[in-house]
Amino acid sequence: MLKDKKRDYIVSAILVIGLFILLLGMINSGMISRYQQGILNFICINIILAVSLNITVGCLGQITLGHAGFMSIGAYASALFTKSGIIPGVTGYLVGLLIGGLLALLVGVIIGIPGLRLKGDYLAIITLAFGEIIRVLIEYFQFTGGAQGLSGITRYTDFRIIYIITALSVFIMYSLMTTRHGRAVLAIREDEIASESVGINTTYYKVFAFAASAMFAGIAGGMYGHTMGIISAKQFDYNYSINILVMVVLGGMGSFTGATLSAIVLTLLPEMLRGFSDYRMIVYSLMLILTMIFRPEGLLGRREFQISKLLDWIKIKIVGAPKGESKV
Amino acid sequence: MVFILKERVDKMKLIIQIINGMQIGSIYALVSLGYTMVYGIAKLINFAHGDILMVGSYIALFSLPVVRNLGLPIWFVVIPAVIISAILGVVIEMIAYRPLRDSPRIANLITAIGVSILLQNLAMKFIATGATPFPKVFDKGPLVIGGISINFTIVITVIVTFVLFGVLNFFMTKTKHGKAMLAVSEDYEAAQLVGVNVNRTISLTFAIGSGLAAVGSVLYLASYPQVEPLMGSMLGIKAFVAAVLGGIGVLHGAVIGGLILGIVEALTKSYISSQLGDAFVFGILILVLLIKPTGIFGKNTREKV
Repeated sequence: MLKDKKRDYIVSAILVIGLFILLLGMINSGMISRYQQGILNFICINIILAVSLNITVGCLGQITLGHAGFMSIGAYASALFTKSGIIPGVTGYLVGLLIGGLLALLVGVIIGIPGLRLKGDYLAIITLAFGEIIRVLIEYFQFTGGAQGLSGITRYTDFRIIYIITALSVFIMYSLMTTRHGRAVLAIREDEIASESVGINTTYYKVFAFAASAMFAGIAGGMYGHTMGIISAKQFDYNYSINILVMVVLGGMGSFTGATLSAIVLTLLPEMLRGFSDYRMIVYSLMLILTMIFRPEGLLGRREFQISKLLDWIKIKIVGAPKGESKV
Repeated sequence: MVFILKERVDKMKLIIQIINGMQIGSIYALVSLGYTMVYGIAKLINFAHGDILMVGSYIALFSLPVVRNLGLPIWFVVIPAVIISAILGVVIEMIAYRPLRDSPRIANLITAIGVSILLQNLAMKFIATGATPFPKVFDKGPLVIGGISINFTIVITVIVTFVLFGVLNFFMTKTKHGKAMLAVSEDYEAAQLVGVNVNRTISLTFAIGSGLAAVGSVLYLASYPQVEPLMGSMLGIKAFVAAVLGGIGVLHGAVIGGLILGIVEALTKSYISSQLGDAFVFGILILVLLIKPTGIFGKNTREKV
């Protein structure tokens, strides 16, 4: 079991590094244009968003509709930090992202405690309300640039940095959810009363998962702000939260690879089909309804797409099943 | 002398703001009755409920020419609005919620969100992206009560809300269908065992809730005379907050919650900041969930394993 996990990590690491080298080569040789590179950056940001929302929706089984609100906290906090120029350069950018993430985490705890202390769907409504409050507050205060938004943010669009942050974030989130804490969260999703009766502090673990999810949304928000160079509270509206939710639901609630894949597909789709963007929200809402009716667990379900499983399968096809072991 | 006059003016201002708050509060109450009924029976936050109010407003808008041709007063648009909204509510329940009745709650919630976005975006795509003006619904001068002149629209809004609440209360406690609703909300399997047609009861709940939202839409248009695709979303959320405040599943809780919310909103907007009104309303939600999650009139139910 442990050996399998180790092998999974090694295979995934090789794959992630291989993809990195491949993409870098394509960028350096000019096969990927500047415009396409911008899309790659957005794919990375959306992957973090989808995977982080997957922690709340998939692993915890609660709906949050304010994910974009946490993004805006991270975006504003990190942008204000880099604009202040306390730490210049890339280091400042990274520290800014961390500050944005931590602030989002803190707000996640504050929102999570009243929303998650209760059984039921209160988190959905409280996060929806939170998304509105944060927008109103950002537009109300002066230091955030008010309704005009915040401009003149130093842009960091280096694909290498964004790719590495994304890979690290996904790795951290995945390992977080496979630890003892993560298993407690999964247990709560399966049966809250049963897990309470075996001594799991349900409120603590629910808030833990939700705050972790908020933190990475904050980090992604910071990256978003530094990619765009200008942010306003209106960008992080309800529809943005829904976009991320569609990625998670479609990819399979609880599946990290599913969330990643659908983040890639759903970022590319509007870019490739220009006419699609007109009908995007209609198509998305129909997707939500139809997926829930016909395949409520999402396209991948809770399964993870694993290269090592694929390798096993190929090995069995070629060599035949090893003696003394059942077929995979 | 001047001081006394100022005090009197301040007092008048307060009373007027409270009355204004009661007016928007009554609309919240009508919408939140639908939320509370649906939540009580189907255990589902019907996110599309606010958008049904939007559809009701558009139906009112589109039936204006018919009502005018027949020479009827404008408020007659409420009849087609109620009928079509009620049908829409039932259809949504049948198509989107019924297949999911035994699924995990998260699936229901996602579908409800999907229906809400679908209605909003269909309206934006096929009707109008912006606001369309609506004519004056009640063409009457203000009433003067005790030295304060009150807009006729406000009076009618509050009265209609209370009358409808009374009728609904009578229906729920005295008639067979109403009692069936209470039974289903108590325990839907047990209700089924004693011969209640659960599907029909749930359909009826959606029809009544949506009809009330449509009445709310016409009353809303009487004071805020424009129709837009996103008008229902914020109103819907606030109405849900009202339902939680009063205690979800409790009818009179919804009405009182709606009124409190409306008054708080009006007072915040006039005394603190017009921008922060929404933030205060949602702050109330967070406070309620922290202090008394079951709401003002909510029952404490214990979950049995």
